[in-house]
Amino acid sequence: MSRPLLRETLLTFFVALVIFLPITGFILKGYDYQLAWLRPLLLAIIVACGRLVLLLCRRRSAAMGGWLAGAKSRLAAPLQLLTAQQRHLSYALPAVLLLMPLMVNEYWLTVLISVFIYILLGMGLNIVVGLAGLLDLGFVAFYAVGAYSYALGAQYLGLGFWTALPFAMGLAACCGVLLGFPVLRMHGDYLAIVTLGFGEIIRLVLNNWLEFTGGPNGVQAPAPTFLGLEFAPTATQGGRPLHEFLGVDYAIAYRYTFIYLLSLLVVCGTVFFFNRLKKMPLGRSWEALREDEIACRSLGLNHVTIKLSAFSMGAMIAGMAGVFFAAWQGFINPTSFTFFESALILCIVVLGGGGSTGGVIAAAVVITLLPEILREFSDFRLILFGGLMVVMMIWKPRGFVVAKRQQFEQAE
Amino acid sequence: MLGSIYGLIAVGYTMVYGIIGMVNFAHGDIYMISAYVTAIVLAVCFAFGFNAVFLPLLIALLLAVVITALYGWVIERVAYRPLRGSGRLAPMISAIGMSLVLQNYVQISQGARSQGVPTLIDGNLTFGRGEDVIQISHTQCLIIVVAIIGMAALTLIIAKTSLGRACRATQQDMTMASILGVNVDRTIAWVFVIGAAMAAMAGVLVSLNYGTFDFYIGFVAGIKAFTAAVLGGIGSLPGAMLGGIVLGLCEALFSGLINTDYKDVFAFSILVLVLIFKPSGLLGKPEIEKV
Repeated sequence: MSRPLLRETLLTFFVALVIFLPITGFILKGYDYQLAWLRPLLLAIIVACGRLVLLLCRRRSAAMGGWLAGAKSRLAAPLQLLTAQQRHLSYALPAVLLLMPLMVNEYWLTVLISVFIYILLGMGLNIVVGLAGLLDLGFVAFYAVGAYSYALGAQYLGLGFWTALPFAMGLAACCGVLLGFPVLRMHGDYLAIVTLGFGEIIRLVLNNWLEFTGGPNGVQAPAPTFLGLEFAPTATQGGRPLHEFLGVDYAIAYRYTFIYLLSLLVVCGTVFFFNRLKKMPLGRSWEALREDEIACRSLGLNHVTIKLSAFSMGAMIAGMAGVFFAAWQGFINPTSFTFFESALILCIVVLGGGGSTGGVIAAAVVITLLPEILREFSDFRLILFGGLMVVMMIWKPRGFVVAKRQQFEQAE
Repeated sequence: MLGSIYGLIAVGYTMVYGIIGMVNFAHGDIYMISAYVTAIVLAVCFAFGFNAVFLPLLIALLLAVVITALYGWVIERVAYRPLRGSGRLAPMISAIGMSLVLQNYVQISQGARSQGVPTLIDGNLTFGRGEDVIQISHTQCLIIVVAIIGMAALTLIIAKTSLGRACRATQQDMTMASILGVNVDRTIAWVFVIGAAMAAMAGVLVSLNYGTFDFYIGFVAGIKAFTAAVLGGIGSLPGAMLGGIVLGLCEALFSGLINTDYKDVFAFSILVLVLIFKPSGLLGKPEIEKV
């Protein structure tokens, strides 16, 4: 091993040791502490080894490059097949998913519902961040608006699921416009901070307005209905529960199955809508605005309507996701709408690659399923996500699936 | 009092923003780490039988500042330096990731419970006579004194030393400064170190004053300090301190006169309002976009 390499590794080791020592080496117990010498040492060794490997890799980058190119060409053939079959795939996948309730148990059904909700949220944020390039860190606010307007609408106005859905979507879209107006002039970091503040304001108000929202105790959300039939153990207000109508015993699985199928339908619709939108003039002007706002405005695009439409459409989809969330959970409180949730949605968009449809769906699936599979490591989930965000930005800032830019196709 | 804490943290935001035009989201968590380091150092000191007040306190302050500054340096090196010159969105997302990492790293290694520091200095200074007395605890006096010393030292560094000159040059024009022989990378690293050291002081002082903290304090403190930085005019050092004091006063008045539950809402509303109506803040220069 050459000398600079050794020096670099040792330096990394000592810096890591000093950094990890106080926080991981001493565990506070009240005003006393407990020693855990091994943890910082182990962490420092791991970090130093990682650094060594990175340095070695960089030194042999030429060889690595060749190997990578080989791997890429080997991967290219199946990938090409996949893209060629994409049309068939996009029909086959929903069909398979449609039959899912017959094959899996309740637990996986609920997991799949949460996957769908995150896909919806990811798609909504994808419009705002991925297409329009407006970094929104308070996206969860619209999700909360959707969920609460369903639950509170049922409580105070007696709205049912189907009336609440457009109502919540409209309300969330209005909130999007409301947020959009003041931030029209801002971009980049200021915008991110203001939206973050907005998200926190909504959450704090929901948490503190005890008389109206129930505060931290949350509110009940009613079960959804289908053709006037309720998915609840006993009917309310003269309605008729579904299981009595069909003459079977009550099971919560019916409710889950219904929400599952409905959200599947909505996800398919949203994906279709999103893909069309990307090709429409509006979608293209979003992307143009993301690339260069000044050029856009000097070419006569109205940046006000473009930005506001991005905000309101993203918010609308999030509001819809919120209604589904409330209907599925049956109970909501402000702890479901923290900043962490916003960061998670942003993580989905970033990992999936801003602007791409398939990437965002894949990222939503991975991010929701990963903690279910890795139950034992659930403590490390967030640290993993955070690290992943940093690594992704350095290594692949455009996400795993790079969105193809819309191009004019030459007529044959 | 609270205002000087916000001011100390806001300095870090303002310096980083002024130099590389990026909001360092992990800055609040650096402050949180400093609070933990203080508690740990104090616990170790007491276990070894240093029962005097000032020696452990001094050691805690020094160690917290040094270790936290090291954190600042490492974070810059790992998460931000590779991203220099790659747009504005990328470093920001990386910073959010880093903030998540720091929070959960502390949570995993120290547990989710809130931790405490014993009361070291008690007693009050009392002004006034009879019914109308104003009490200021000795800890609060210490906070104000340390904050003033810290700010004075920082102002001196920026105004007099060669490092300060390099900082100012880099802030004005990064390319030009590097052409004229300023090591830009090193300067930026130092800015992160100084910012982290100031946040570390704030962390030590807060843990002494309130006695309890948890791994989540960095988030709210971070946003409020950013509000202070924006209020004072981002990029301006005296502005950050002024903004901190104004915000602290407003918040104290609001919670005293109107409602304690909504004091965070109030602080965030100030942030939004300032950004909408006067984005350049109290002492800042307006940002002109060049094409």
